Amino acid sequence: MPLPRELAELQERVEHEAIRHGLRTFRVVFEVVDYAQMNQLAAYTGFPVRYPHWRWGMEFEQLSRSYRYGLHKIYEMVINNDPTYAYLLEGNTLLDQKLVMAHVYGHADFFRNNVYFAHTDRKMVDTMANHATRVRRHRDRLGVEIVERFLDACLSIEDLLDPQAVFLGPLENLPAEEDDASPEPLPPVVRKLPAKDYLEPYVNPPEWLAEERERLAARRRLERRFPRRPVRDVLGFLLRHAPLEGWERDVLSIVRKEAYYFLPQRQTKIMNEGWACTWHTHLLEHHLLDDSEVIDFADHHSGTVATLPGRLNPYKLGIELFRDIEFRWNTGRFGREWEECDDMAERAHWDRKLGLGREKIFEVRRVHNDLTFLDEFLTEDFCRRQKLFVFGLDRQRDAWVIQSREFEKVKEALLFQLSNGGTPVIEIVDANFRNRAELLLLHRHYGVDLRLDWAREVLRSIASIWRRPVHLETIVDGRPKRLGHDGNRPTEEDIEAVAAPGADGAVPA
Amino acid sequence: MALKIDTDVGRFRQIVRGKVRDELRKFMKRGQMIARKGKNIVSIPLPRIDIPRFVHSPGGRKHVGQGEGEPGQVLGPAGGQPGQGGGEAGNLPGEHALEVEMTLEELAEIMGEELGLPRIQPKGKKNVDSWHGRYTGISTAGPESLRHFKRTFRQALKRQIASGSYDPGNPVVIPIREDKRYRTFRRIPEPAANAVILYVMDVSGSMGDEQKEIVRIASFWIDTWLRSQYRGLESVYVIHDAKAKEVDRETFFRTRESGGTVISSAYRVVQDVIRKRFPPEDWNLYLFQFSDGDNWSRGDTEECLRILREELLDGLNLFAYGQVESPYGSGQFLHDLEGAFGDDERVVLATIEGKEEIPDAIRAFLSTGR
Repeated sequence: MPLPRELAELQERVEHEAIRHGLRTFRVVFEVVDYAQMNQLAAYTGFPVRYPHWRWGMEFEQLSRSYRYGLHKIYEMVINNDPTYAYLLEGNTLLDQKLVMAHVYGHADFFRNNVYFAHTDRKMVDTMANHATRVRRHRDRLGVEIVERFLDACLSIEDLLDPQAVFLGPLENLPAEEDDASPEPLPPVVRKLPAKDYLEPYVNPPEWLAEERERLAARRRLERRFPRRPVRDVLGFLLRHAPLEGWERDVLSIVRKEAYYFLPQRQTKIMNEGWACTWHTHLLEHHLLDDSEVIDFADHHSGTVATLPGRLNPYKLGIELFRDIEFRWNTGRFGREWEECDDMAERAHWDRKLGLGREKIFEVRRVHNDLTFLDEFLTEDFCRRQKLFVFGLDRQRDAWVIQSREFEKVKEALLFQLSNGGTPVIEIVDANFRNRAELLLLHRHYGVDLRLDWAREVLRSIASIWRRPVHLETIVDGRPKRLGHDGNRPTEEDIEAVAAPGADGAVPA
Repeated sequence: MALKIDTDVGRFRQIVRGKVRDELRKFMKRGQMIARKGKNIVSIPLPRIDIPRFVHSPGGRKHVGQGEGEPGQVLGPAGGQPGQGGGEAGNLPGEHALEVEMTLEELAEIMGEELGLPRIQPKGKKNVDSWHGRYTGISTAGPESLRHFKRTFRQALKRQIASGSYDPGNPVVIPIREDKRYRTFRRIPEPAANAVILYVMDVSGSMGDEQKEIVRIASFWIDTWLRSQYRGLESVYVIHDAKAKEVDRETFFRTRESGGTVISSAYRVVQDVIRKRFPPEDWNLYLFQFSDGDNWSRGDTEECLRILREELLDGLNLFAYGQVESPYGSGQFLHDLEGAFGDDERVVLATIEGKEEIPDAIRAFLSTGR
């Protein structure tokens, strides 16, 4: 449906300004929708069509109810696609639409230029529709429940991805674990020291020989372990090695493909929103606002970047950090000279008049993700000015309590929160555990336990895909445990230590 | 407008229905879980249905926030989320309850499936639709006794003004044949099968709050089921100790009397109500009695049995007696009833020793299909 003239003209103005300021987007297509359609789109994560699944329905019901009660209103939605589709809510004021459009151009630029999005399918709208058709076909052939059960199982592991995998080539080329088809090699031979016959028992004592043989055999077992290195891409591994039926493989590949598509959005939430806010403020404040709209704009904008004590607003953090970077690179507050200067007066008036800010933020939006963005640019100064703090659960007081405002602590917590999207790191370490084709997963425990009731459910899901017992080694309350599911019931055993091959996958000697 | 997502919403609702059915027995034991919303809607809290994933345990992680406050300051109670909802980063995982709205019919249907309740066959002749008239319309013909004076006068006035024969100086209006207007009635169909539930409860000193809670919960489910079976459903509440009276719903569950128990007094009130307002020929009558089974005297029990046998039972679809356990009650009345009506299929007897047994009692009451 073509845009109403008023909005079409507005889009032209916004686009003109955006391009003039160096934003490079795919063609942006706006569509005006009513709130029911908006809620549907939101429930479908922005896409007009998704495969049939109950969770969209749940999402939709909750959105609709909360809209009816006036608890929320979705102003803006934009999807990473070429052309980039964005939606405007029917009946919003022209100022709102202006704001949304400028914001959308920010996102669209980010989608197109940030390197973490480089691998994403830019025809995802079509791909999603194809996925929908495929799942629907399976559903019609096999029945709702069968497909749904499998889909639920796949979705419960949809975030077990390898963030690096996308840089290794197209996703369809599944990671190549060398399928070791070579025949079982001869048993290892212990190399004896040369000795005369009568000295043999002394130079090569039989106990030592036995020990050595055992050691080599153990090493051989480890070397022949499959997969050789721990695998992060659990979805891909299962897709390649689990004994699946055709339709199951298809469904799993759909879930995996969509998960990788959404991955960069999870990795760049703060940057993406920060970038969009940076540009909607800049474009509106300097070019697009009418005098009469200033107050409403300020009101609206401050609502977007409002902070609450117990919550980190990605819009706020992002825009402030981008502003800080622009300021620092404009005034030259970076590099060794700046770092080493401890004269407070000098620092306060530091200005090298470099004017590199704009260039820098464009570079940053290209090469960083949230984790590296904050690691690189979160300074102590910024942390203090933005009043960041760490809080946690105080079990004695049974409440959330502010714990610290120290820069190191804040940064550490923030980076932990962003590492791997704040989710635990889970790897497949052995697909032939106990030589019984059981699957062994490892939770890399960085100080935080898993939520156990859910972990057991997920293990059951994986067992249903793998069709053999599945285990997960983790640490619970400081004690190493091996949780599992054998397809019928959950299992749990205490172990000596978690089987931890080095992060590089090196086999311990 | 039909949306694509309707299928998914439908599937979600189906799943919710399944959950409700799985949890129904739990709901039936705990009345407060189901809240009435408006006349015909109930709201049922369910744990949020979610796809489980590997996640960190919520309390184990440190989070970053932004704003004022000194270290040591409390942000919010552990159960909830500090700050509210919304954002992604820094947003704490919390257990959102899912509020599911459902119509009473839907709930009754699930209940019927879960407890295996048969549909009730209403008593034979009441299947015939009956109607009564209500004077809602106006027509140009009718008996003089139904003439609508105002309308007739207005019509005449209009005609006279239009034809110019009206003189404001001498405002005489004379209706002629065509001006006359008469009231007419519209046929209002009577619900084919009407039912009335007569609740009788012993409120003597020996009935405690817990016993009343059981009655309250049980009555909600009985109401729900019978409402789904009849187009019109009325409820009558009778409380008794040594004397009985008809009360409204609120009073029924609130009243706490002390003193003795004369059950026959309640039966007399019930008889009276039925005779005056709900003649058995027109109504499906359900009598539910809850008591701790203590009666004042042997003589009164004899009297009760006599009233039931000779006067009440013939008019009733069902007489259900639920005996709640009470530390004071002897529970004798149940045995007396059993002795007298043990093989009468119009009579259902059940003991409800605790909330746990509510579903079974309800099933016993309603599975007769009467």
